[in-house]
Amino acid sequence: MSAYVFRRAAQSVFILLGVTLVTFMLLFALPADPARMIAGRSATAETVDRIRVELGLNQPLLVQYGRYLTRLARGDLGRSYAQKVEVEALLASRLEATFWLMLGGIFFELLIGLPAGALAAVRRRGAFDRSVMLGAFVGTSAPQFVVGLLLLYLLAYKWPLFPLGGYGSIAHLILPAVTLGIAGGGWYARMMRSAMLDVIHQDYVRTARAKGASEVRVVTRHALRNALLPVVSMVGLDFGTFMGGVVVVESVFGWPGIGQLAWQAIQIVDIPVIMGVVLVSATAILLGNLLADLVYPLLDPKIRYG
Amino acid sequence: MGGAVGNVSNCVVILVDTERAVTARQHPSAPGARAAPASRTWPVRRPPALWARLIRSPAALLGMLVIGLVVALALSAPWVAPYNPAEQFFDGLTLEGRPLPPSGRFWFGTDLLGRDLLSRLIHGARVSLLIGVAANAAALAIGTLVGTAAGYFRGWTAAVFMRFTDMMMAFPALILAIALAAILRPSLWIVALVIGMVNWVWIARVVYSQVLAISGREFIDAARALGVPTPRIFWRHLFPHLLPTLLVWGTLGISTTVMFEAALSFLGVGVRPPTPSWGGTINESQSYFLEAPWLVAFPGAAILLTSLAFNLVGDALRDALDPTLRGRR
Repeated sequence: MSAYVFRRAAQSVFILLGVTLVTFMLLFALPADPARMIAGRSATAETVDRIRVELGLNQPLLVQYGRYLTRLARGDLGRSYAQKVEVEALLASRLEATFWLMLGGIFFELLIGLPAGALAAVRRRGAFDRSVMLGAFVGTSAPQFVVGLLLLYLLAYKWPLFPLGGYGSIAHLILPAVTLGIAGGGWYARMMRSAMLDVIHQDYVRTARAKGASEVRVVTRHALRNALLPVVSMVGLDFGTFMGGVVVVESVFGWPGIGQLAWQAIQIVDIPVIMGVVLVSATAILLGNLLADLVYPLLDPKIRYG
Repeated sequence: MGGAVGNVSNCVVILVDTERAVTARQHPSAPGARAAPASRTWPVRRPPALWARLIRSPAALLGMLVIGLVVALALSAPWVAPYNPAEQFFDGLTLEGRPLPPSGRFWFGTDLLGRDLLSRLIHGARVSLLIGVAANAAALAIGTLVGTAAGYFRGWTAAVFMRFTDMMMAFPALILAIALAAILRPSLWIVALVIGMVNWVWIARVVYSQVLAISGREFIDAARALGVPTPRIFWRHLFPHLLPTLLVWGTLGISTTVMFEAALSFLGVGVRPPTPSWGGTINESQSYFLEAPWLVAFPGAAILLTSLAFNLVGDALRDALDPTLRGRR
């Protein structure tokens, strides 16, 4: 087990190295001059050159990348070009907001998706099943910004139950979290339903029924527990994508998370910040996958990692 | 009890049927097929064709209807659209300069510049579909190439390609796409390429596992032993097995791509402004949508319906193509 964790962690380090390399090369290969962006449009050529030398942007790419890696090894992500602040400080200030949004999003996804999917499977082919499946399709096909703007219009403007975007309290969190929950909930409902259908025809479920267990007990104790397995890995994936920043939802609700930071940094080609965000996002995604794989054997004793 | 008997007879019928099919194929005009003793049996029940299975599902039928409608609108946009999408009408804004709500003259209302929203949406269908198809084709091509190469050659090719795929999976896709699109100042084709470059990863994974399973089977060994050149093995022996998967993923992928494109346009890094695009319209009117909600509702509905339609059809295709699911869902 620990050998497995070690191997996965080592793999992740290599993947992260690859991510930094690709991002670095992409950002510098593209026709955008960070020195010019920092200096502003009216700056003279000398100023731009001075900035370029100051930031080491005149060095060969590989040298710059090497420098970046050595600093990274010491835990130094560099300084933002635009805000003259350490990237770590910027990231830290945003991670908290992203964390809450991640929690809220996953909460609503599960709250919407799991009961709907499980009930749909139990009442297969009934009217409830059909409407859940249609709803799930609509939820997964609706662009998040449309859902978000709609929620804002209805629940913050027409009937002002919630604040019109912003950050700071549970009330602020609900609408963006529900927006994430509607899209994700559709996926969970579909997955939960098909996992339940797989499970409900198994022998042990029949045995439970034959023993005379009540239908509620059969569903909750025997079927549901096993059907929840694939859900776990999906929560792991969602943890990764949400911690990596949900640019669109954050932008709709003015949520000061990682995604907004990335978005602002991209617009001004603030390369150290972009690199930092990509690194944090990739780490979150890898961590989410790893966590899901580690929780799996705890729930299903049949799975063992060598 | 009746079910069991039915099953047994089905088995026999299938055996007989294959036999006859083989004879018939070998000698198209030979009377032998008729003379074979086994042929005087129960009526043959074949599984219905893909198409028949598809249109049996009301959801798929609805999806195909919507896709047909959107494609027709996109193709005939200049003739169907009531106005020129770029024309700014003098009476397209209120005296205070606000957009007009839906009315008899402008069915879907007007946008912030006094242009007819319906016409812009009809023309926007072109952008969405074109990018949806092009980006998806790019993703399918890259994903199939990478997945096939890795699955067929295995060894270090697989190691290199699949580790690269793993790395791309860890990439925050939208952030990567935004960065590329923002810095490249995109045309329609660049947006498509960017989306394709981000989306191929999933296809590569699926294709890889399929090729891995198929290329271990005897007919591939046989082809190799016969000295069939590798490209021909790919094309004639492997590729047909991948088609159902690619069909399903291709259809579902258009749905994802349409949403992805809309998200990029919404963030202002999609196709550039004078070109009408659904996500772009919402982006332009975002700060104004509380007073003019139709500017979000109509393009939003267009994106939702298109993406939903491809999703429904893709899902029905998957059910229709996967024999293990038949009769279960």
